[in-house]
Order: sequence, then C-alpha cells, then structure tokens
Amino acid sequence: MIETLLQTTLSTLGDLLPILAILLFFQMAVLRKPLQQKKKIAWGSLYVLLGLSFFLVGLEKAIFPLGEHMAKQLTSADFLGVTDMANNQWHDFIWVYLFALSIGFSTAMAEPSLIAVSRKAEQISGGTVSAVGLRVAAALGVAIGVSIGCYRIVSGAPLWVYIVVVYGVIIVQTFMSPKQMIPLAYDSGGVTTSTVTVPLLAALGIGLASSIPGRSPLLDGFGLIAFACACPIIGVLTYAQLSHFFAKKRNS
Amino acid sequence: MLDPGLRKKLSHIVRPLLDAVRDLAPIVAVISFFQLLVLQQPFPNLTELFSGFILIIFGLALFVRGLDMALFPWGEGLAHAFARKGNVLLLLSFSFLLGFGTTIAEPALIAIANKAAQIAAQGGMIESHDEAMQNYASGLRYTVAFSVGCAILLGVLRILLGWPLHWCIMVGYLLVIAMTAIAPKEIIGIAYDSGGVTTSTITVPLVTALGVGLAASLSGRNPLLDGFGLIAFASLLPVIFVMLYGLWIV
Repeated sequence: MIETLLQTTLSTLGDLLPILAILLFFQMAVLRKPLQQKKKIAWGSLYVLLGLSFFLVGLEKAIFPLGEHMAKQLTSADFLGVTDMANNQWHDFIWVYLFALSIGFSTAMAEPSLIAVSRKAEQISGGTVSAVGLRVAAALGVAIGVSIGCYRIVSGAPLWVYIVVVYGVIIVQTFMSPKQMIPLAYDSGGVTTSTVTVPLLAALGIGLASSIPGRSPLLDGFGLIAFACACPIIGVLTYAQLSHFFAKKRNS
Repeated sequence: MLDPGLRKKLSHIVRPLLDAVRDLAPIVAVISFFQLLVLQQPFPNLTELFSGFILIIFGLALFVRGLDMALFPWGEGLAHAFARKGNVLLLLSFSFLLGFGTTIAEPALIAIANKAAQIAAQGGMIESHDEAMQNYASGLRYTVAFSVGCAILLGVLRILLGWPLHWCIMVGYLLVIAMTAIAPKEIIGIAYDSGGVTTSTITVPLVTALGVGLAASLSGRNPLLDGFGLIAFASLLPVIFVMLYGLWIV
C-alpha cells in the first residue's frame, strides 16, 4: 500500500512538474516578476500533488478492479441467461444499459475536473449558474450518452452515424440556448471524461465488444468515451434552456 | 472552548471532506446495488476496498483545497500579466506549451494509447511486435499532445479576436465528419475517444483559469461568454488530428 502510494506520488509529480516548470519559466524569465504568495502556492501545489496521488491510489485499489470485474460479469453469457449470443436481442442487455446509466452518472459527479470548472462558473456568474445544477446536468448527459453507446455496441451500428446525430442535436440546441451558457456547455464535454470515467468506460466497452460474437474490440470497443464527451454538451444546453425558461416565467 | 482561529482552520479541513463524501456516495451506492442485488455476490477484498475509499475521500478534499490555494490564483495571475503586457506572441507560445506539456504526460492518454496499440496489433492494423506497437502508441501520444497545444493556442486566439465560439465548433464538427469519411475505419473509434482523454485533472483547472483570467482582463469581454471554450477546442482538435495520423500510417 505504502509502496504504491509512493510510486503514484512520484508519477504524479512527473505530471505536475512540467506544468509547474512552464508556469515558473514564464513567471520568472518572460514576465520577470517575482511570484507573489510563494508560500501559499507551494503549500497548495503540495496539496494538489498529495490529493491527486491519494485519489489515484484509491481508484486503483477500490474502484477500478471492482468496475472491471462487474463489467465482465454483467456482459457474460451466464449472467445474461442468453444461450445464443450471436442472435441476441437488444433487451437481453438491459442490466448493462442500467449499469452504464448509473455508473456514468455517479462517476461524472465525482470527477474532480468537473467539480473545479463548475465552481469557477458559479463564482464568475455571480451565482446565476449553480455549481450543483451544472454537475447534475453534465452527469445526466454522460449517463444517457454511455447507455446509448452500449446499445450501439450491442447493435453493431457504425459510431459515426450516432456522433453525427449528436452533433446535429448540439447545433440545433446551440441556436435556441441563452448565449452566455454556450461556451460553458461546450467545455463540459471535455471536462466530464478524465481520471475516473475514462478507464472504467474503456473497460466496459471493450468487455462488451469482446463478449458479443461478431463485434471486434478494435472497431466497436472504443467509442463510449466519445459519447461521454459529446452528450454532456446536450445535458448542459438543456439545463441552460430550462433554467432560462423558468426564470422568464417567474418574471412575467 | 475552541478559539475562532482554530475553528476556522478546522472548517477548512472538515468542509472539503464532507463535500468529498457527498460526491462519492453515488458511486458507492451504484456499485453496492449492482454487486449485492443484481449480481448477488459478496464484495471481494473488503478491507482493500474500504481503505481505497478513505484514500479517495482525503485525496479529493486535498486536491480541491490545493486548487483554490495555488493553481487557480497562479493561472489567473499569469493570464492578467500577459494581457497587460500585450505581447501576443508570448501569450500564444505559452498557450501551446501549456497544452502540449500537460498532455504528453497525461496518464489516461498513456494508458489508452497502449491499449489501442495492443488492440490494433491483434486486429492486424499494425505489425504485432513490440517496436511497432511502441511506435504506434507514442505516435498517437505525440499527435494528441501536438493537437492539444494547437487547440489551446487557437482557443486563446479566439478569445483575443472575440470570435463566437459556436461557429468555430461547428466548423470543427464539419471537419470531423469530413475526415471520418476518408479516414481508415480502424482509427475512428480511438480518434473519437482521444478527444475525451486529453483534458486531465491538472490541465482543466489551469486552462480554465487562463481563459477566464484573460477574458476578465480584456475590455469588452465577458468571462462567462469568452473565458470558457478552451477545453472545447482541446476535445475537438485531437479527433481530427488522430484521423490524419491514421491516414498517414496506413
């Protein structure tokens, strides 16, 4: 345990150092200004380093093995009670969709980057954008997107057809949403898929594609992250439209 | 009892911990529900699981506190300083380096590139010996890191020039669709996924701070309208670039 912790801290330090180096270089050599509140920044960076390492070790010890284990079990023919995997019906996989739905929502809610961005949004909007509301909207988007993505793997349709439809919905919604919220919504797509979500979704997709005959992990196993990345945009735009609508109703 | 200073310090520690517990409760609930009620199996390694969750809670709390103390204020301070200095070239090179430097070391990207190399070798897309797989994986990583550098640079340029974000993104979508039509189909899944992998836990807060700080210090820009959007570029450009990479290696 202690050994993994040290190792992870070292590798996180390796990730953090180039960034700190770039920041320091521009601060010292280019802007030529002394760094203010050195002590606070040093302590804060240490917190970020330790916090991220604890977080990663915890994930590796608790959530990932369990998630992979469960993905494997949920997609196995035994559990599904399907004798003929080649002629499956989409509803044979109902528990897989439900698992995708709930794990998508809960991991997105715990995603540190999403927490960071929604706090910033609440702060600069003066409270008109609620941090929790934003996170729930983005997480719902991830949840629904990942379930649709699982259905796609089961049905074997090409990924791009789905993505083009999702893009179409985003474009239509963009013209109907309050302008202020659009950049935030577009950002939320990249934010929801990082440390927690990516490995779990990759395991789920590849597990699902390998257990269905006729699906190749290369062609069908990837793509869940693409859904998890595009669908929160729809979620946040919908949240923006709804809150705009209710605010207008309250005022009139 | 407690003096106010100590109480304030305690609340700095306890609040983030409680928040972290609240954020993680859904994951615990979902996993328990499926494991115990749907799969009807006991938890393996209960002690390891429990200690893992304790670590996650402390880690999340420390991380959030550290962001507020260091990365957010520093990133914003730098953005303000660049805006006052008015040297566009410097600002752009800073943006590119920040995007490239944070992505090349990204653990999620390394993991997924290796996985993609394995699966591509099994599928016969590349030769299945170590060197070919290594080349493919690092090729993917450099492509993605380069594209994130370009993305942050373009995004900052957008904030400076005040282009509306949704037009840029729509052009991006069109490019993705056009590339999909000509790219080899083995690369499409991983290309689409690479967009989500690039924006890591350390990059996102810094890039957000850069955008918001920059928009706040330029006159006539609204932080909410112009400050966000950098990450949107960073999750779109890699898709296009990875498909180009696929075209190039096949």
